Amino acid sequence: MTEAVVNSKPFQWTAKFLAKFGLSGRGLVIAVPTLWLLVFFLIPFIVVLKISFAEAMIARPPYSKLIEPTDSGFAINFSFLSYQYLVEDGLYLAAYGSSLRIAFFSTLFALLIGYPMAYFIARSSGQWRNILLMLVIMPFWTSFLLRVYAWIGILKGNGYINNLLLSLGIINEPLVMMQTDFAVYVGIVYTYLPFMILPLYANLVKLDGSLLEASSDLGAKPIMTFLTITLPLSLPGILAGCMLVFIPVVGEFVIPALLGGPDTNMIGRVLWDEFFRNRDWPTASAVAIIMLLVLVLPIMLLQKAQDGQNQDKSGI
Amino acid sequence: MKNKLIAVPLMALATTVAAQAETLNVYNWSDYIAEDTIAKFTEATGIDVNYDVYDSNEVLEAKMLAGSSGYDVVVPTSDFLQRQIMAGVYQKLDFAKLPNLKNMDQDLMAGAAGYDPGNEHSVIYMWGTTGIGYNVGKVQELLGDDAPTDSWALLFDPQYSSKLAECGISVLDAPTELLPAAMNYLGLDPQSTEKADFEKGAELLMTIRPNIRYFHSSQYISDLANGDICVSVGWSGDVFQAQARADEADNGVEIAYVIPKEGALQWFDMMAIPVDAPNPDAAHKFINFVMDAQITADITNYVWYANGNAASMPLVDEEITSDPGIFPTEEAKKNLWSSKVYGQKTDRVITGLWTKIKTGK
Repeated sequence: MTEAVVNSKPFQWTAKFLAKFGLSGRGLVIAVPTLWLLVFFLIPFIVVLKISFAEAMIARPPYSKLIEPTDSGFAINFSFLSYQYLVEDGLYLAAYGSSLRIAFFSTLFALLIGYPMAYFIARSSGQWRNILLMLVIMPFWTSFLLRVYAWIGILKGNGYINNLLLSLGIINEPLVMMQTDFAVYVGIVYTYLPFMILPLYANLVKLDGSLLEASSDLGAKPIMTFLTITLPLSLPGILAGCMLVFIPVVGEFVIPALLGGPDTNMIGRVLWDEFFRNRDWPTASAVAIIMLLVLVLPIMLLQKAQDGQNQDKSGI
Repeated sequence: MKNKLIAVPLMALATTVAAQAETLNVYNWSDYIAEDTIAKFTEATGIDVNYDVYDSNEVLEAKMLAGSSGYDVVVPTSDFLQRQIMAGVYQKLDFAKLPNLKNMDQDLMAGAAGYDPGNEHSVIYMWGTTGIGYNVGKVQELLGDDAPTDSWALLFDPQYSSKLAECGISVLDAPTELLPAAMNYLGLDPQSTEKADFEKGAELLMTIRPNIRYFHSSQYISDLANGDICVSVGWSGDVFQAQARADEADNGVEIAYVIPKEGALQWFDMMAIPVDAPNPDAAHKFINFVMDAQITADITNYVWYANGNAASMPLVDEEITSDPGIFPTEEAKKNLWSSKVYGQKTDRVITGLWTKIKTGK
């Protein structure tokens, strides 16, 4: 069948035609993702980088031109003012720190909750496994925004939790849960949990059962087996899950804006302030560039973890 | 208010549809128009309206400065409008297409001309003040009968606000409205652009920061009405909407609005047409339509904001025109101040101080 397609006249003609422009089938396959990255990542990145070297002004768009034509050619106006602000004002450093802290603890909580769930799903029988996986994915069918709004209804002063506890007589005054860091953690862990569970599950489900049997045959207790076999073997899954949670949470804006209090100072908020409140697009761009640099390290780790996983596969 | 985050993707749709039938894209504040205004406009002119809302000037401004927003009519507040005019965002109005301009109150239009010389780019939509909304029962319960409900002391004096903190205080997330109010309370000029004055205002806000539950510019409407919070620094009409919602719900919550005796910010929300509006002709029709005495009166009767339309006044409910919280007395008018356009440096100072206040650090 495939051979028939390859040998068919139209296919040959197309291949010959493309070859004239130096394009092979392989080149085409690589070209698509390359083009995608170029258009949707590299070009926007260059635009942001360019704006970060401009100066804010009252104009449309509200920043100075980097290259301006003059009578005798071009004048180039690079400004490092935006980066200078980032260094001089402790506010930005504090916001980066607070974002990384919230992302770190959210990832930790997601891991502690997600690992047992993923393990349980991976160990369930086939029919149950599909149902459980479905349950993990199902929340995606409802808009993310609506689900965060639902948490407002659950956590607020006269929300479900407080009303329940009040009616049971456990508390006398409503607990203040909204507009606190607690609400932010709840929202983030809830939202990102599937991103932790799915890669962990994909890893754990491949775990060779005979290794566990061998371990127990040799007299290891279950906890020993878990620590020496399951956990080390699932490390790539843990790393992938953690990065998938950590990276987006650092730049998270919506959840802290809706659930967090005014003292939840994350970098997404600072970016919003720079962009909207100060109308300072250059500094907002600089904040974004630095954030990207801060995240490059975990992204590279993720890459490495995935490479490791792929090598495992080819090894088997 | 509820749909502010959903409005953004809707807009993208709106622009693509614009080419087919005659449509008008209006971008206005949330909870800021009568229920039947748009329907009546479509009935009168045959023009379909895409009506989107925002709840902060900043969001509108970012779209205007980026350009190609696709909107035909927008409603920025006066000081934002002034800066956006400087940036070349708005087109000059064609007065020939706006015969209803004769309905406008000349004194108020002259006031608005301070931001837009000659009223060349804009017409007053509504105006109001930034004052204090409070839960009458709760405040009396916590502070007793001699609560200073006619003064900024309710918020700025820790001995009162610390007691009120228990049932919740919110303030607008609007530094250029709160810092001048604090400066005014301290006896400084609320229109000052001195860094030292802003710092003094910020210091005052820091002392009462632990008593503030949140900073938000629209959530307080429903929270006041539900009794979730009991004191809000808010925009006049929004507090009146909270009052009306509480009345409707009949939940025993009574909300009042006061222009504090020390003075308050007076602002104008202005209808304007972006330079790149797809349908400026329909935009003029819409602005002229809103300036109709009955239409403006309907809006004021619904949103409880004062308008700048002299001809509409006889049609506005007596209950509204006689309320000093909406139409201030001559005495109160003397203490009102208007907002200023600050330079980039001052903006940065203000945002920096505001972030410190909000984070409490």
